[in-house]
Amino acid sequence: MKRAALGALLSHWWRHPLQLITLLTGLALATGLWSAVQAINGEAKASYNLATSEIGARQNETLVPKTGFIPLSRYVELRRSGWRLSPVLEGRWPQNTGSLRLIGVDLLSHPTFSNMVENSDSESSFSLDALSSQEQLFLNPKTLEQLTVHVDLPPIVQSDQIPIDVALGDISLVERLLQRPGQITRMIILPEQPLGLHPLEDLAPELQRQSYDAGQMSRLTDSFHLNLTAFGLLSFAVGLFIVHGSVSLGIEQRRGLFRTLRAMGVPLHLLTVLLLCELLLIAIVAGSAGLVLGYLIAAALLPDVSATLSGLYGATVEGSLNLRPGWLISGIAMAVVGTLIASTQAITNIYKMPLLATPGLQARAQAASSQQYGMAVLGLALMAFGTASMLVFDGLIAGFALLAGMMLGTALMLPLLLSWVLTLGLRNARSALGEWIWADMRAQLPGISLALMALLLALATNIGVGTMVSSFRLTFLGWMDQRLSAELYVTAKDEDQAQKLVLWLTRRDITVLPIRWSEVPFHGTKLRIYGVQDDPTYREKWPMLQVQNGAWDRVSNGTAVMINEQLARRRNLWPGDDLNLTPSWKMTVVGVYSDYGNPHEQAIVTLPVLLRHADNVPNLRFGLRLPPSGVQNLIKEIQQESDFEGITMVDQNDLKARSLAVFDRTFVVTGALNLLTLGVAGFAILTSLLTLWNMRLPQLAPIWALGITRRQLAWLELWRSLALAALTALLALPLGLLLAWLLLSVINVEAFGWKLPMYIFPLDWLRLLVMALVAAAIAAAIPARKLALIKPSELLKVFAHER
Amino acid sequence: MADWEMTDNTLLQIRNVSKCYSGLGESRAVLRDVSLDLQAGKSIALTGESGSGKSTLLHLVGALDYYDSGEIKIAGTNLTNLNDSARSELRRNTVSLVFQQFNLVPSLNVAQNISLHARLANRVDQTWITSLTSRLGLTELSDRYPEQLSGGQQQRVAIGRALAVRPKLLLADEPTGNLDEVTSTAVMDLMLNLVHESGAALFLVTHSVQVANQLDRRVHLSAGKIA
Repeated sequence: MKRAALGALLSHWWRHPLQLITLLTGLALATGLWSAVQAINGEAKASYNLATSEIGARQNETLVPKTGFIPLSRYVELRRSGWRLSPVLEGRWPQNTGSLRLIGVDLLSHPTFSNMVENSDSESSFSLDALSSQEQLFLNPKTLEQLTVHVDLPPIVQSDQIPIDVALGDISLVERLLQRPGQITRMIILPEQPLGLHPLEDLAPELQRQSYDAGQMSRLTDSFHLNLTAFGLLSFAVGLFIVHGSVSLGIEQRRGLFRTLRAMGVPLHLLTVLLLCELLLIAIVAGSAGLVLGYLIAAALLPDVSATLSGLYGATVEGSLNLRPGWLISGIAMAVVGTLIASTQAITNIYKMPLLATPGLQARAQAASSQQYGMAVLGLALMAFGTASMLVFDGLIAGFALLAGMMLGTALMLPLLLSWVLTLGLRNARSALGEWIWADMRAQLPGISLALMALLLALATNIGVGTMVSSFRLTFLGWMDQRLSAELYVTAKDEDQAQKLVLWLTRRDITVLPIRWSEVPFHGTKLRIYGVQDDPTYREKWPMLQVQNGAWDRVSNGTAVMINEQLARRRNLWPGDDLNLTPSWKMTVVGVYSDYGNPHEQAIVTLPVLLRHADNVPNLRFGLRLPPSGVQNLIKEIQQESDFEGITMVDQNDLKARSLAVFDRTFVVTGALNLLTLGVAGFAILTSLLTLWNMRLPQLAPIWALGITRRQLAWLELWRSLALAALTALLALPLGLLLAWLLLSVINVEAFGWKLPMYIFPLDWLRLLVMALVAAAIAAAIPARKLALIKPSELLKVFAHER
Repeated sequence: MADWEMTDNTLLQIRNVSKCYSGLGESRAVLRDVSLDLQAGKSIALTGESGSGKSTLLHLVGALDYYDSGEIKIAGTNLTNLNDSARSELRRNTVSLVFQQFNLVPSLNVAQNISLHARLANRVDQTWITSLTSRLGLTELSDRYPEQLSGGQQQRVAIGRALAVRPKLLLADEPTGNLDEVTSTAVMDLMLNLVHESGAALFLVTHSVQVANQLDRRVHLSAGKIA
């Protein structure tokens, strides 16, 4: 019996292959977009883990200085007192694009590397022979390709196990390369220690224990991944609307079959189980296809995501994608769970379906009408919950709760709002045909409302995210003009060369602005402090968000500090507040400046003050002020000087172009996901209209019989879909603007640490409206064409009761 | 327990069955104390005006609907307290239905439709099905789908499907209601012959006096009561 019944159920798909393809495509798209985001997130997290576990050895507790560095003598003392420690010296080499993290370790006592040696074969780059040489530097091959360090490098050993943008060597080699002899950044406390040791707190009160902090990068990037996940989830939800539409269509068309099977003795529970089996099969097939699609999308987007993470957070993510079993399983699980969620209503209807009769379209429309009120009340409740969460929770959670509440709430209210508009239209209709059109649209609404909700979400997301990105871009362009005020930026290969260069430039009356900084431990992370030389460039052009009177004078006389927006917001520090740069270095904040694109906290003091408080402040980089027309000549002159060989130069325009390219690349992923979501929503409308088509002939045939041609009916069908899409788009506009405001003022502040002004772009909205209408027109074209070409005999069947 | 006993030959016994439909705040009695018997291999025609309760009675006998009071027994099985599984089993193995609107499975071809009920009941007798298909004049149409058939052809498929399982009781609800007079006569003749041949009892609802007269017995239902 089961086989025969399942065969009868499945035969439907055999006879309706296009419908099956639609269902599979919808589910594959939903799973694909979700899986793509998960693959990207998974890859990024794996990269962070590699960076923290293999190299940083941060899984062990460490000893760090409360300020400055640890002298080598302290390490020796602690070792002599019995503590098993492994020293680490860490610093950065400036690069043309960012900087290289240079880590010096004791290769034999370092917990991770000693394991690598034990587990490596003789051919491995981590063999004992290789490690025993203290004059080698270990680098990832990809890092080596982009290396622009202008010093004499020791022999390089390439290894895939080293993260990108990291160079590793013996501590004695690294202290020479960083010119920091006798200094240690931190000491790793090895897991196995002898008994009866004196507490470290007594032996070295100037040091503090720091526990495992692998989550540092994760915490920084969590918000970005949360954004991606939210996008993936939205796409998945929109995709589920398609699944819902297709499953409903499949069930709607088989109502007769179900009744027949029931009449022939197939029990209800068996019928339900068989339907679930059918859906499970479809979910597994579509989920597998979705995984392939997701892999391809992720592979295409990962380089851009990698650029985004590098640009926004300084996080390094490899550009290649690996298949992870967890990803495969979760993808299939999402497809199955999603299918079940999308099919719940249809399956429930079948379970409740009367054996003898089925309600018609109008009856279903009346039942749906009462549902509309229920949905609207739920929508209002969600919106209230979102708003209330802003009062109860803080930050990102509150932002996302408000965002989700508003988006879902408005979507749930959409059917009722549209129904009111259509009722208004019906009341004001003058002609009989007009009355029928409005009434028919209202009857059609329950069937298409899910797809319109998907369209609403997709359009609002497009408007919101588009406004956010465009506002950000506009702000970024203005900010770059202020921030990149020097006409030329130069980097010397060493300090001798730098001194010669400054002298040479000063003789030519070129203003030289040193770019010098140092990093100090700060709340478990690092604070980068720039030391600036007082110059009108800063006073006139620096992009201040909040500033006190005479701020630059106070910075210049060494009594005050400027901080970036990220630091201000994360630590709630504003002009007038005191900032402890180190435990013994306190200054008053006099200004907050915007610092887009920088993931870290930053401060500016005058250069002499920085040099007084910090060691190791390299003097290699400079911004040069000169008339723009003289830039190219100056570059040529510097290139011709033999003393200046190896100096790197980037002019302002080039730097701006590069920054803008990075910016645009950052939002390629967002744009792609935006477009895909809109495409999925268009597809949802198509499936809904096809679903309705099956039920519409009994509504259309009488009108045809009354003298409206099939061609007219087809046109009306098209216009009806366009009108519903336009009404939805109209409602999506305020929702999208609300979303944009939330992204700019709440989510961005939490995620990136900066707040942006909001600009509006009406031309973008117009373009989006046209896109939505085109999507709706394409979706409606198929049923409209079917209607225009339908044979009169098909319409006559309605009257012959043979349907 | 009702004051009635089944004779050895009685296949269907209906005793004092009543059924009301509720709606719009009022209750409407459709069947009132209906009682009748049907012997195995015999046929009965149920006639009556529209709304007299004919189809409702047929649905109750087919275990498709529930009565409010009274009892129905089919081949000794009392329907009163049967759950959905037991009712399904009864429909699968004992009873077959032919509807006015054919209710063929549109995605299955003629051959598959005819054998569907027999396959569901795990009682496929291929010789009988082949013979049935041939007798119904459907051999040449075996590969066609319902949408490619005329009304008369579709009803012949429906009859074939109902008889392929060799039911003890065939229930037919206006089987010729959608057919013209000539086709109707041909289909009825064929159905009666095949029912007779299969040994099934026939419980048929019809408007047509002409059709009713072809059966062993005729019962008229008026306002929910047997007249």
